[in-house]
Amino acid sequence: MTPSILAQDPTLADFGRDPWWLVLGKIVFAFAFGLLATLLGVWFERRVVGYMQVRPGPNQVGPFGLLQTLADGLKMAFKEDILPKAADKVVYFFAPTISVICAVTALSVVPFGPMVSIFGHHTPLQVTDVPVAVLLLLACSSMGVYGVVLGGWASGSTYPLLGGLRSSAQMISYEVAMGLSIVAVFMTAGTMSTSGIVAAQGDGTELTIFGQTVPAPGWYAILLLPSFIIFFIATVGETNRAPFDLPEAESELVAGFMTEYSSLKFALFMLSEYVAMVTMSAVTTTLFLGGWRAPWPITIWEGANSGWWPMLWFFGKVIALVFVFVWLRGTLPRLRYDQFMRLGWKVLLPINLVWILVLSGLRSIEDWDTRGKMIAVGIPAGILLIATIFWPSRRPKPKPTTQEQVDNRPHGSFPLPPMDLQVPPSPRITRVVAEREPANIVAGSDSREV
Amino acid sequence: MTTSTVLAAAGAVSGGEEVTFWILGPLALIGAIGMVAARNAVHSALWLVLTMLCLGVFYVLQAGPFIGMVQIIVYTGAIMMLFLFVLMLVGRDSTDSLIETLRGQRVAAIVLGLGFAGLVGGALYRALEGTTAVGLEQANAEGNVQGIARLLFTKYVFAFELTSALLITAAVGAMVLAHIERRKQDKVDQVSTMRARFAPGNYPGPKPGPGVFATSSSVATPARLPDGRLSERSTPEILPVRELTAQETTLKGTDS
Repeated sequence: MTPSILAQDPTLADFGRDPWWLVLGKIVFAFAFGLLATLLGVWFERRVVGYMQVRPGPNQVGPFGLLQTLADGLKMAFKEDILPKAADKVVYFFAPTISVICAVTALSVVPFGPMVSIFGHHTPLQVTDVPVAVLLLLACSSMGVYGVVLGGWASGSTYPLLGGLRSSAQMISYEVAMGLSIVAVFMTAGTMSTSGIVAAQGDGTELTIFGQTVPAPGWYAILLLPSFIIFFIATVGETNRAPFDLPEAESELVAGFMTEYSSLKFALFMLSEYVAMVTMSAVTTTLFLGGWRAPWPITIWEGANSGWWPMLWFFGKVIALVFVFVWLRGTLPRLRYDQFMRLGWKVLLPINLVWILVLSGLRSIEDWDTRGKMIAVGIPAGILLIATIFWPSRRPKPKPTTQEQVDNRPHGSFPLPPMDLQVPPSPRITRVVAEREPANIVAGSDSREV
Repeated sequence: MTTSTVLAAAGAVSGGEEVTFWILGPLALIGAIGMVAARNAVHSALWLVLTMLCLGVFYVLQAGPFIGMVQIIVYTGAIMMLFLFVLMLVGRDSTDSLIETLRGQRVAAIVLGLGFAGLVGGALYRALEGTTAVGLEQANAEGNVQGIARLLFTKYVFAFELTSALLITAAVGAMVLAHIERRKQDKVDQVSTMRARFAPGNYPGPKPGPGVFATSSSVATPARLPDGRLSERSTPEILPVRELTAQETTLKGTDS
């Protein structure tokens, strides 16, 4: 890497120097990004799910149905706003706003790009960054639960309450898995600031394989694969998306916590769900997929990681992750509640703890260069993977034949007819064979379908 | 370095810090008062959440961004959520009754509370008046998180580990008390349940209903099997099978 490109990496010192209009502009941009992503995200999801289910999806309003969400939103705004009699009015009103505020706030520490020049100001493409930015993300997602839980409670009826209860238990469980998988990122990057984590994923070491110099992957999705997988699963659980959408399981709880909501309040819940999905995709991109950094083949071009281009790579990665969210929804059936809890506490958590232990053990070996570590970890991991794939599956026991089953019946069972019993046909039944005149239709010139 | 160290510049209180304090300080106070005054338990919890959030921001202002975020994540996000969980299970209509069991205890509590707050506040104000914060720069020299980590894992590692052992013991103890472990051989799966159902000696069909006949309308009347015997399986186990004696069935001679 040349020093000129290195200078593009924003550090914590680059933040907090913008004039007020630039700060305002960045905030408005992040907010508009969230709203626009929702508008397009709903359309994207409906189209993709439609494609997966071999039907067109929304295609009437605007080109490719792009304005369908806008039309739905307008319709929603004009609907009657119903306040249930048993509702707790203040909390009922505040619950959706809490959800939206928390989902949007998280976008403020997501880096959209490197240092750029805006009207002569050299500034990073990120609203702000703090030394504990990732903890801020966690705090936002944990506060976002309040919206769901309070919405469920304040509605004053049973199904929403059940949805709220489920949601609180679910989010507490999956936050633990999520926090633990971020620990591995902290350990490897040595920082909690999002811009720092993106920078740390950039400086990959060079590997020499058969005399050729290949840049080693710096993405934590590759280096910390178990953390990445667990983080993404926890993310799906945290955003209440299928297959973990138990708080709003329509087959069990009508619509869960938002059963009683209507009009704009419902729209706010909907908005918060999609903003949260996009935010979580952006966070996953930042923490594990190299943030705004271009993937390998593009990095051959020198200017790939400078200027405004990185925003394109960033959006590409976010859209890819949103697609995965939609894909999961289109593919997997909803988990049962106990299965879901068991997955969180008994599978994700122990694997995560063991993985962190292994990782810290590797890191504590000081006089060992990165390449040696990668080889020492990568080769056994690869062998393990190949062995798992090609491991001969245990041959199932041959099923007992019918005769064996009959012989093994316990004493005193019901009597059975002989197994080779041939029931002779009754002589009283004469077989009636329908005799029919052969069809007398010839293919004429008139081939009109009738 | 960043806002944290800028704000932590010892001595002078920056304008931003002052503005934030005077906005959030009253909010935190309102939250505290609301928590005590709210009739509904869930409202109480929500007021407490407000206070905790304000405290989290105060920590950040005081150059402790890590502790501030942990305050929000752990206390507000996890512990208060568990509180809410329990409160919601209790039911939303349960509000505190307004009847005082001790005469005048409310007034006494208010007076005592105000007095205590005044004492503590006054003492703190007198003690800290004019003192300037020292050593924040050194403590945050290599970053706030790193500073805390260094202390936790060097000087206070024993206390830290001891606390975590205590917490783990408490959690495991609670689980041992509450958890009922079923042995592996006691668990019956669907296949073995079906085997037991169709094993010889067990009638797999539903039990016959009680024999409510024209002579009797009692569910204690046993059903009659095809061969004329009475079936004991047709009556509930707590009811004895009773058959009328010959004397009971003969005519009483009242209809003549």
